[in-house]
Amino acid sequence: MSTEQDFYAAPGDTSQGRVFTVTGQDWESITQDIDESAEERIVVNMGPQHPSTHGVLRLILELEGETVTEARCGIGYLHTGIEKNMEYRSWVQGTTFCTRMDYLSPFYNEAAYVLGVERLLDIEDDIPEKAQVMRVLLMELNRMSSHLVAIATGGMEIGALTVMTIGFRERELVLDLFELITGLRMNHAFFRPGGVAQDLPPGALDEIRDFITLMKKRLPEYADLCNANPIFKGRLVDVGHLDLAGCIALGITGPVLRSTGYAWDLRKTQPYSGYEDYDFEVQTWDTCDSYGRFRIRLNEMWESLKIVEQAADRLAGLEGAPVMVGDKKIAWPSQLAIGSDGMGNSMDHIRHIMGESMEALIHHFKLVTEGFRVPAGQAYVPIESPRGELGAHVVSDGGTRPFRAHFRDPSFTNLQATSVMSEGGMVSDVIVAIASIDPVMGGVDR
Amino acid sequence: MTDAPDDKPGDQPDEKHDEKVAGKAEGTSGDKTDSNESARPAEERNLEKAKSETGTGSGVTQSAPDQSPENVPAPTGEVRSVGERHGMFGVQGSGDTSGYGGLVAAKVLPAPSQKPYGGWFDDVAGALEDRLEATELSAAIESVVVHRGEITFHVRREDLPFVAQMLRDDEALRFEFCSGVSGVHYPDDTGRELHAVYHLMSMTHNRLIRLEVSVPDSDPHVPSLVSIYPTLDWHERETYDMFGLIFDGHPALTRVLMPDDWPGHPQRKDYPLGGIPVEYKGGSIPPPDQRRSYN
Repeated sequence: MSTEQDFYAAPGDTSQGRVFTVTGQDWESITQDIDESAEERIVVNMGPQHPSTHGVLRLILELEGETVTEARCGIGYLHTGIEKNMEYRSWVQGTTFCTRMDYLSPFYNEAAYVLGVERLLDIEDDIPEKAQVMRVLLMELNRMSSHLVAIATGGMEIGALTVMTIGFRERELVLDLFELITGLRMNHAFFRPGGVAQDLPPGALDEIRDFITLMKKRLPEYADLCNANPIFKGRLVDVGHLDLAGCIALGITGPVLRSTGYAWDLRKTQPYSGYEDYDFEVQTWDTCDSYGRFRIRLNEMWESLKIVEQAADRLAGLEGAPVMVGDKKIAWPSQLAIGSDGMGNSMDHIRHIMGESMEALIHHFKLVTEGFRVPAGQAYVPIESPRGELGAHVVSDGGTRPFRAHFRDPSFTNLQATSVMSEGGMVSDVIVAIASIDPVMGGVDR
Repeated sequence: MTDAPDDKPGDQPDEKHDEKVAGKAEGTSGDKTDSNESARPAEERNLEKAKSETGTGSGVTQSAPDQSPENVPAPTGEVRSVGERHGMFGVQGSGDTSGYGGLVAAKVLPAPSQKPYGGWFDDVAGALEDRLEATELSAAIESVVVHRGEITFHVRREDLPFVAQMLRDDEALRFEFCSGVSGVHYPDDTGRELHAVYHLMSMTHNRLIRLEVSVPDSDPHVPSLVSIYPTLDWHERETYDMFGLIFDGHPALTRVLMPDDWPGHPQRKDYPLGGIPVEYKGGSIPPPDQRRSYN
């Protein structure tokens, strides 16, 4: 196909070489076209809309034959200005924004931000136990759903469609639990500075236990399907190699770092939210390749299941305990419940502020519209998200809104390894290498 | 006052301490600038004030202020204000007779700390100081702030690469992992408007510190650390993209998130949010940054 017929790469856009647009037409005609040209060096623009780039990621690959000589990423297609927007909302509203960044691990975004705000408020030690346990429970369930998508899409990208269908099947079970507990499948805004938004609904623990039982049956299916599968291993083993020195230099964390055999996990090294009280192992692999990262994710789901089980046991003994800090200057004034009209409401609270106490009404109004003030300063609390170190640099000037909130997203940092992992390999291995990083573009671009 | 939380004068949280000291330094001690105080109903504040003045009331005596090192107020003149906050409700020129509209409060960042900083902070600060003195660069660290259990080293711009290299390589320091750089824009911090904030992790010693470099808007140059921490490649590009901080020595300092031809740097404070008024059923809603808001 020649340049003249193409809307998207007009003649002016490319200064050298010929432009071939590949959009699913007959492959024969393209290869014939390329054969005719004497040039060996081909620059392939892959994405940003491509089913195998893990989201709106644009790859610019320079090829010699089928070997990649240079790989560069183009990002920013999903930039939504979340950090800037947060500066114009109250501290509580911030969670509503940041939960949308890395859409596969919303609870981690919220946790990183909320832990930073709590440190600035100096209420880290006042967070009720039940809120801490609920956070851990939701985060570990989230780690499972995120790893399931990583494995599912990674499988799909190399043609293993069954892995995708079963991955999404199990993820849906996790999202059902999220919906039961928070009301939403994604974008929960459930973690708030001081605790969590709602108590555990009745029956949630039974559902969680059923889920644990089911997952114990289903997780081995992934191992049976993939672990020793010769095609799967043929595509993954020794692909996307990155050793420990490379990981540290490039700031890579998460399963990629642990695939070098280094057991670095912030849940163990710098525990937060009470992770020191749970019994679990840090999973490592020593092959530095995509296969190792796959196995780590699989093993980490077992560890998460262990933590979920322990958290559920602890929650059983915490019925009726508070889930929000006692300080009424920070805690949301009302506890909502679903009314007969299907809307969230709190009749007791309304009766109180409208009929009994003028001060309570003023307090409610001030806290809801203006929000609380956070003492000036800055905080950074890194946490171990499914993709690595996620941290929020939260800055306050003493006002009712974040002065600055910057997220150190692991996807953004880890994606820098694309070139080292894929240069010198085959085009098809680029897909595997990127899938093993598991970048989520919502987090990369924010 | 059924719903008012019990704010006994005796157990004031420590964080108010700095602000009050700062308020005096700024000459606004006459008015209560304390954040939590002003959020309470006015009658209640007056009542308690009267109680404390007349000595009647609950009879709670105020305990002596905590004199542990991190709570010792900084000497006057060392507290750095980064601007002023006027009023309470974000509305100017209305018939506000409450007096809140006339409030002036200083925005004050945590003051520099004095030694000892406590725990391993002293090990890191001591080791860093020794190495810097050995190379006659002891002025490289402008100040050290310990706040909320985190330590921040304010580093002189020209010495940043040297300090970072030493933090990474020295045996006692070993900050081999850099989490990235984040820009912060303080438009009222005259002469130091743009801050670049680095978080460094020592995986060897399991420690986390923060470096902060401040540069003026008129000369937004910071030496690049990509040669020391290659991970900063995209992070520095992002900070350039969003704040206009120019990292000298970066291999290819281009925009990374915004389009290449984007004018301006969106996360600076002087860059508006949105900007298109929305019209709905005849009424026009201003862009978010021009709406009424609390400050």
